[in-house]
Amino acid sequence: MIKFDNVSKKFATGTVALSDVSLSIDKGEFVFLVGSTGSGKTTLFRLLIRDILPTEGKVFVNELEVTNLPKNKLPHLRKGVGVVFQDLKLLLDRTVFENVALPLEVSGINSENARLKVEEVLRQVGLNEHKDKFPVQLSGGEVQRVAIARALVLAPQILLADEPTGNLDQSTSWEIVQILSEINKKGATVIMATHNSDIIKNMNKRIIHIEEGKIIKDEKSHEQKPHKETHRNEKKADNEKEPKESKEEKKK
Amino acid sequence: MKSFNTAWRNIRRSPYQAFAAILIMTLTFLVVSFFVFILVGSSKIVSYFESVPEVTAFFKNEASQEDINALENELSQTGKISSVKFVSKEEAVEIYKEQNKNDPILIEFVTADVLPASFEISAYEIEDLGSISEMLKKTPIVEQVIYQKDVISALTAWTSAIRKIGISLIILLSLVSVFIMVTIIGIKISHKKEDIEIMRLIGATSWYIRWPFIIEGIFYACIGAFVGWTIASGTLLYTTPFLESFLKGIPVLPVSYLSLLELLGLELILAVILGVLSSFLAVLRYLK
Repeated sequence: MIKFDNVSKKFATGTVALSDVSLSIDKGEFVFLVGSTGSGKTTLFRLLIRDILPTEGKVFVNELEVTNLPKNKLPHLRKGVGVVFQDLKLLLDRTVFENVALPLEVSGINSENARLKVEEVLRQVGLNEHKDKFPVQLSGGEVQRVAIARALVLAPQILLADEPTGNLDQSTSWEIVQILSEINKKGATVIMATHNSDIIKNMNKRIIHIEEGKIIKDEKSHEQKPHKETHRNEKKADNEKEPKESKEEKKK
Repeated sequence: MKSFNTAWRNIRRSPYQAFAAILIMTLTFLVVSFFVFILVGSSKIVSYFESVPEVTAFFKNEASQEDINALENELSQTGKISSVKFVSKEEAVEIYKEQNKNDPILIEFVTADVLPASFEISAYEIEDLGSISEMLKKTPIVEQVIYQKDVISALTAWTSAIRKIGISLIILLSLVSVFIMVTIIGIKISHKKEDIEIMRLIGATSWYIRWPFIIEGIFYACIGAFVGWTIASGTLLYTTPFLESFLKGIPVLPVSYLSLLELLGLELILAVILGVLSSFLAVLRYLK
C-alpha cells in the first residue's frame, strides 16, 4: 500500500530531513509515527502526497510510483490520500461546512450529493451543529475535527494525520484518536504522527520511531498475537501516569 | 458553475480593483467604438462621392451670359454629361443662407457679389470627370473647378491618417488594459496564495484553480466593452440630428440599431479575447 524505498530528503537549506528511509505499510494498518519535532515525520507525509520530491529513493502509494508521477496525475493521488495537516490548513473565510465540502467541490461532485456527504462526515466527527460557524469560532478540538472531516470526506483509502492531538488536552486527544481508530476499522490505512506517548501505549498499534531522519525502531502491533500480561502492564503504567499529568495541567 | 461563484465572490470582495479593471476596459472600448464610427462614416462619405459623378465649375465675375450658354452647349455636345445646372449668384446666396440659417452672423456679411455663379455638372461615368474638368479649366470664364477627385483624395488622406492614429491608439490602449488587468489579477492571485496552496494539496487540478481568475478577466473586459459601447452609441444617437445637418444630404446617418448591435457583438468577442489573454498571462506568471 505504502512503500518508501531508500528515501533521502535534503532541503536546499542543507537540512537533512530524511536519510535512507525504507518502510512499508500494509493496507488497513494503523501506524503511529513517533519522534521529536524536526525528526522528519512531516517530511514523510509531504513525500506521500508529493508536496515535495525526495532527493534520493522512491515512494509508492497504492502501487503508484509517486516520485515518478506526471504532474497532471497529482490531483488523482491527492484525492486518494486524506491529510490532516499539522497546521490544519483550513480556509478561514469559509464556514465549517464549506471547508469540509472543499475536496468534493474540487472533485466536481454535485452540490446535493456533496451536502449529504458533508453532513454525514460532520456527524461522524460530531460537528453537525457547528457546520455554519467559521473556524475561528471553534475550540481547538473542534477545528481539529473539522480538519479530520475534510480529510475524510472523499472516503480516502489512506489517512495521514500530522500531530492531530498536538495542543489538545488529554480527553480531547483521546476523542480524536477514537475517531481515527473508527476510520481505520472501516478499512482505511491510518498513519498518525504524534509524540503523545500515553495515546500510543493505550492503542497497542504498530509504532515507528523516527529520529533525525532515520527509523530507529519499528514496533509491530501486538494485536495479532495478544499478550495479556504486557497489555495489563501498559494499562497499569498509564493509570499511574494520568494523575501526575492532570496535576501538571492544573499548574498551567 | 462553481468557478462562476468563486469568480463572483473574488470580484465582490475587491470592489476597487474591479472598478479599476472595468474602467480601463471601458476607456479602451469607448475609443474602439468611436474610431469604428469615424472610420465607417468617412468611408461611407468617400464612397458616396465616388458614386455621384459631379463637377462644379465656378465662373469668374466677368463671365457673360452668352459665354455661359456657349459653354453649356459645348458640354452637352461631348455626350458625357447627363445634366448641367446653372446656379446664379442669387441662388448661391439662397443656398448659402439655407445652409447657415442657424448662424445669422455668417449670413449678414454675405451678399450676391461675394459668391460666384456656377455650373453643377453631372456626368454618366466617374471616369469622365477628369476630362470634363480639364476642358472646364481651359475655358477662360471658369475661375475654379471642383470635382470629387479632389474631395475624395482629401477625404482618403484624412481617413488613412485617422485610421493610423485610431489603430495605434487602440493597440496602445489594449496593451495598457491587458497590463493593468494582469497586475490586478496577479494581486488577487498573490492575495489568495495560501488558499490556492491548500486547494492544490487536497487535490484541486490546475484548471480548477485557474478558471475563476480567467472568468474574472472575461467579466471585467465584457462589462468594460458594454459600458464603452453604450456611452459611444448613446453619444452617436444623441448627436445624430446635429451631424445629419452637418453632412448635408450625404446618406451616412442615422446608423441602424442592427449595425450598432453588430458592433457590440464584435466588441464582446474582442473583450473575451483581451480578458482571456490578460488573465491567462497573470495565471502563467503568478500561478506556477
